Amino acid sequence: MTRAGTPWHDGGEPPFDQQVRHLLDVVYERYQYDFRDYAPASIHRRVRQALSDLRCESVADLEDAVRHDAGMLSRLLQYLTIQVSDLFRDPEFWLALRLQVVPLLRTWPSLKLWIPGVAGGEELYAMAILLSEEGLLDRTVIYATDMNREALKAAEAGVYPLARLAGFSRNYQRAGGTRSLSEYYTAAYDSARFSRTLTGQVVFADHDLVTDSVFSEVQLISCRNVLIYFTPALQNRVLQLFSDSLVNGGVLCLGTKETLQFSPRAVDYQPIDARYRIFRRVQR
Amino acid sequence: MTAPKVIVIGGSAGALEPLTTIAAALPASFPIPLVAVLHIPDDFENTLPETIGRRCTIPVQEGMHGTRLSCGLILAPPNYHLLLEADGTVALSLDAPVGYSRPSIDVLFESAALAYGARVLGIVLSGANDDGARGLAAIRQAGGTVWVQDPQTASAAYMPDAALRLVGADRVAPPREIGTALLAFAPEAARNG
Repeated sequence: MTRAGTPWHDGGEPPFDQQVRHLLDVVYERYQYDFRDYAPASIHRRVRQALSDLRCESVADLEDAVRHDAGMLSRLLQYLTIQVSDLFRDPEFWLALRLQVVPLLRTWPSLKLWIPGVAGGEELYAMAILLSEEGLLDRTVIYATDMNREALKAAEAGVYPLARLAGFSRNYQRAGGTRSLSEYYTAAYDSARFSRTLTGQVVFADHDLVTDSVFSEVQLISCRNVLIYFTPALQNRVLQLFSDSLVNGGVLCLGTKETLQFSPRAVDYQPIDARYRIFRRVQR
Repeated sequence: MTAPKVIVIGGSAGALEPLTTIAAALPASFPIPLVAVLHIPDDFENTLPETIGRRCTIPVQEGMHGTRLSCGLILAPPNYHLLLEADGTVALSLDAPVGYSRPSIDVLFESAALAYGARVLGIVLSGANDDGARGLAAIRQAGGTVWVQDPQTASAAYMPDAALRLVGADRVAPPREIGTALLAFAPEAARNG
């Protein structure tokens, strides 16, 4: 990394990480999408992927295209923000939620839930199915937010390739599902569309964890496997946002390989289930 | 050669035994972190760290997001990619599987090459697909060192063969010799802190 101080235009090409940083600066300055505090390793992979798929010779080419063409930006966004999840991913987490958190949720007369970084909606539909089976869906508003409008559209549509449903269904059974997953979707051709009744009280909204602030007080936040894409500094900012959004006694769910232990905001939480990363907001 | 800053290892079918042999050859004080991807079934109960750890003196743990590299062996958790950041921590990702694999050896190796440049040693072990070959190429391109388990000692030779075909290797050796060769780095790496 001896070239860390090399200016942008100084003969040789700057190192890849510098080129990417420059690209992200342009994306921010021109379009106010802020990826500058995303964890570099994954961003580097995704930019490489975009370069190859979008047929750009170099990061500089991509940067140029993005600078002059908002259409190119929206194509790049699909690489920078896309996440692949499964319905009821980590079934044991969902089982723990059903057994340990649902009784808590019953103590509130009405509920607001927030699923930030909802991406393709897999976590949303799992949550809505669980709440529906526990008789809580009718008194719950779910905020499903993402910075990526294409992803929000996909989440709202709730359509998944039929090939993925066998895995979803296996997870659902292991997660303590009381019915058959097929009762929640209709299959047509090679895809499955989840029932509209699941999303009747879902608010789909454009919200960027990096640049936007608190928008509602909520009883539960489920943000699994989103923080893994952020630097520690940005993780702390987002965890502060969650602390400010949760009511006293509210519940925070993180991914099973994510931890609060590196964050100063750890003091805001007590574990409900440490293993499956379910925490309760406590008064400081 | 200069002692590497990090040793990244990848394997699939038949790689548990050689990985354990290599890790077991190292003393608890071995100063260079090892990070490994093994393709294992997506099972929430990951017993791999305990299985390997029982036979080693170096600490063995499953990587979490934000884990700092230190002495010992870090294993990728099932169903996540594991990448290395230049700040010395581990990052996880749920990006799509690469060549049907998540974790992917190529993803780990490519991130190591970008974060650590020439100070990476990549090792490909037994396996029945070609994951790891492209990652090894990235390590070599960044000036790092590439070793491959002798295919004749691998219960599945496809993976080491694929790596040798695409990249070649600075050393081709059975697992026991790989362990011994790693030991030789210890004095220099300890001096450099």
